[in-house]
Amino acid sequence: MSDLLKLERVTMEFGGLRAIGDLDFHIAPEEMVGLIGPNGAGKTTVFNIITGVYKPTRGAICFNGASLHDKKANRITALGIARTFQNIRLFGSLSVFDNVRTAMNGRLRHGIIHSLTRGPAFRAEEERIRGEVLALLDIFGLKNDADRQATDLPYGDQRRLEIVRALATGPKLLLLDEPAAGMNPTEKVRLMELIHFVQAKFRIAVLLVEHDMRVVMGVCQRIVVLDHGQKIAEGTPQAIQRDPKVIEAYLGEEAHHA
Amino acid sequence: MDWANLTQQLINGLSLGAIYALIALGYTMVYGVLRFINFAHGDVFMIGAFAGLYVHRWLKPFFQWMPEFLSALFVLLLSMCICAALGILIEKLAYKPLRQRSRLTVLITAIGVSLLLSYGAQLLFGAAPKGFPQLIKNDTHNLPGAVSITTEQIVVLVVTLLLLISLRFIVQKTRMGLAMRALSNNPTAASLMGVNTDAVISFTFGLGSALAAAAGIFFAMLYQAIDPFMGILPGIKAFVAAVLGGVGNIAGAALGGFLIGLVETLVVGYSKNIGIPPGFRDAVAFVILILILMFKPAGLLGKSEREKV
Amino acid sequence: MENPNARKSDAVKKHIAHLALAAGLAASVALYAIAPQLDDYAVNILVLAGINIILAVSLNLVNGHTGQFSLGHAGFMAAGAYTSSIITLTLAPILASAPAWQAQAAFFAALLAGGLFASFCGFLVGVPSLRLRGDYLAIVTLGFGEIIRVVIQNTNALGGARGLEGIPPYTNLLWTFGIATVAIYVVASLVNSTYGRGFISVRDDEIAAEAMGINTTKYKVAAFVIGAFFAGLAGGLYAHFISYIAPEGFNFLKSVDVVVMVILGGMGSTPGVAAAAVLLTLMNELLRDFEQYRMIVFALLLIVLMIVRPQGLLGNFQRRKRKASQP
Repeated sequence: MSDLLKLERVTMEFGGLRAIGDLDFHIAPEEMVGLIGPNGAGKTTVFNIITGVYKPTRGAICFNGASLHDKKANRITALGIARTFQNIRLFGSLSVFDNVRTAMNGRLRHGIIHSLTRGPAFRAEEERIRGEVLALLDIFGLKNDADRQATDLPYGDQRRLEIVRALATGPKLLLLDEPAAGMNPTEKVRLMELIHFVQAKFRIAVLLVEHDMRVVMGVCQRIVVLDHGQKIAEGTPQAIQRDPKVIEAYLGEEAHHA
Repeated sequence: MDWANLTQQLINGLSLGAIYALIALGYTMVYGVLRFINFAHGDVFMIGAFAGLYVHRWLKPFFQWMPEFLSALFVLLLSMCICAALGILIEKLAYKPLRQRSRLTVLITAIGVSLLLSYGAQLLFGAAPKGFPQLIKNDTHNLPGAVSITTEQIVVLVVTLLLLISLRFIVQKTRMGLAMRALSNNPTAASLMGVNTDAVISFTFGLGSALAAAAGIFFAMLYQAIDPFMGILPGIKAFVAAVLGGVGNIAGAALGGFLIGLVETLVVGYSKNIGIPPGFRDAVAFVILILILMFKPAGLLGKSEREKV
Repeated sequence: MENPNARKSDAVKKHIAHLALAAGLAASVALYAIAPQLDDYAVNILVLAGINIILAVSLNLVNGHTGQFSLGHAGFMAAGAYTSSIITLTLAPILASAPAWQAQAAFFAALLAGGLFASFCGFLVGVPSLRLRGDYLAIVTLGFGEIIRVVIQNTNALGGARGLEGIPPYTNLLWTFGIATVAIYVVASLVNSTYGRGFISVRDDEIAAEAMGINTTKYKVAAFVIGAFFAGLAGGLYAHFISYIAPEGFNFLKSVDVVVMVILGGMGSTPGVAAAAVLLTLMNELLRDFEQYRMIVFALLLIVLMIVRPQGLLGNFQRRKRKASQP
């Protein structure tokens, strides 16, 4: 089966600092992969490289057969990669509805001219989008909050909204950056169910960066472990748990029991 | 190759550049500790010039008992103190309440303060330009090769150099300077290490404003007329100088100031040769700004900052 | 069960933008019709208010909705003012003996040319500004505005520092409020479409916007170009109202005038800035005898506003707050 996403010998250097070294990494379609490692291992850097925020110093990235080299972030999203952020980045002055609506921009047929002339074609598309956004919000239980300002939502709902917004771009690969941060155990269980649900319903691959081992073990089929920008282990959750290199990398970190 | 003319232009350009450098230092230091452009800084330069005018006017009776350079020094130092106080006051009243707000909010406030200072000065002093008193006897000294330099230019260059050296001493060798550098480098760590943030910020504003006052007096000495709006263009050009050198970098600000002064003077001096009308002198700094931001946004001596994603 | 009344109100809702546009244009015609009944002073204030509305609403697209803090709007105004004036002045001898409708058509063409040239300038300013943040962007746009002013000041064909005089006074209430209506319609309907929400997303969080597939470059440039276009129209209207323009009138302080309107009205609120434009036009008139105090009042207004109510009258923007401790 050909890979959906493939990183080959990717290196990222910031001046003298090597954040990622010679990373080989792949994700298959509809696969659930976890990316873990101690703080500073380079996990968010990998996200930023995949989504085009950083240009890798060396190496190749391929998505669905197309090279992601030198492509701008919004172009990469159009190709089918969406993400959430470590620190929630919702559009603060927009409503819940508009936050999701904005993510549909990439698939719009109308532009500036039609927004001004407002003919029947424009109105029809706006109706269609409205329906799609409300349907999406409904699936995730946010429909009643549609008109609230996004930043008025409770924290857990904001994280959920960020995921919904990312889904609105119609991705084939969803990158989740520490979605469980700041959640209590109940919320984390619901998050795990949500991720399973999203993967199954939308038939997408998920790459999860997360510190909470219970969430990672419960969601991912395969885990990649980074330490100081290098891949030190890769395998099933069970294999990773027993891997001595992984245990050593986490020595000194607070141990999360799986 | 007319070396005499070139040398003369260089002398004139460096004198102008010294003024821009002194103003640019204030911009860069404030940016270093607070990460914002103090739009009102150029108007502090203007107030410095007016302070010099009125200090001289009021204390003239006493000056007859002092040698000339001493009274000039007195005017300079007193004006610097007045502007230092003004700078500290502005920070406390207008900027401090906004420390946690977005940078845009503070920028707008700074514009407001700038307008307040210039139009307030117009109200108090009148819009018409005023002549600046002769603080020291100005002789023209003829140098070899048809080049000349005036006493005032010598004073400007020498005193600026002294001020730059003093600044370097303060920043590198004193505790306050260390605190400034710490705050500029990492505000969170600095305050956790016991640095009194408020005191350092006040000191930075005071220091920058004092230097701007000196620049104001030098400008007034060289160009002999002052008016309430004299600070706007030099202020913006000095900001460009700070960007040119690398915002937040003190050596860069000085370098940038001298460079802008030189380029501006050379463009005007050689305007016939390069085909740019002398009326474009004010546009020179802006063209430099656009070029530097397009090709080397971190400035000549600066390093780029990435936004954390 | 289909309710015929529901269908009717749905129809109104669907076409509300078009209806608003039509209403605005109708109001402009009405204003123009009653103009002879009003005294000259009132008409003058109304025209100035209309021009300020166009300036404020167009700047709001750039500063407010898209979050690009531009301090160079006066430059675009100048571009439009001078372009349209040169055209009408050149055509003046021909138009003097032509029927009225031809003069009006020429005026319209001149205004349009001014707007288009101004939008070209907007493009030139927008592109290099793309990678710049708040403070730097402000200074660069200020710089562009100043460059435009300096160029005009040094070009004798444009009247240089003396300015251009004798510009035919074609501007009236119909032109002014007609264009103001169009400006409000364009900005409001643009921003309120799915496409237009993109502008606001660029303001709120550029990185997230890019990650959601939004081409932030296109939006920023579009904002500058559209904003500059209407500023150019406003400049043309102004030139043909006062009949005399000089580069000094389009300097940084003029840009600040417009910025004050946008801030007072609330960055990102079209009705807010339109109201603020009218308010400030009136304040300008009231303080005309106290010219000395006018800018001081404005300055204090700005300072107090930023401390007490930075969102202005009707704004609601929630920029991602950067703490002073974060680089």
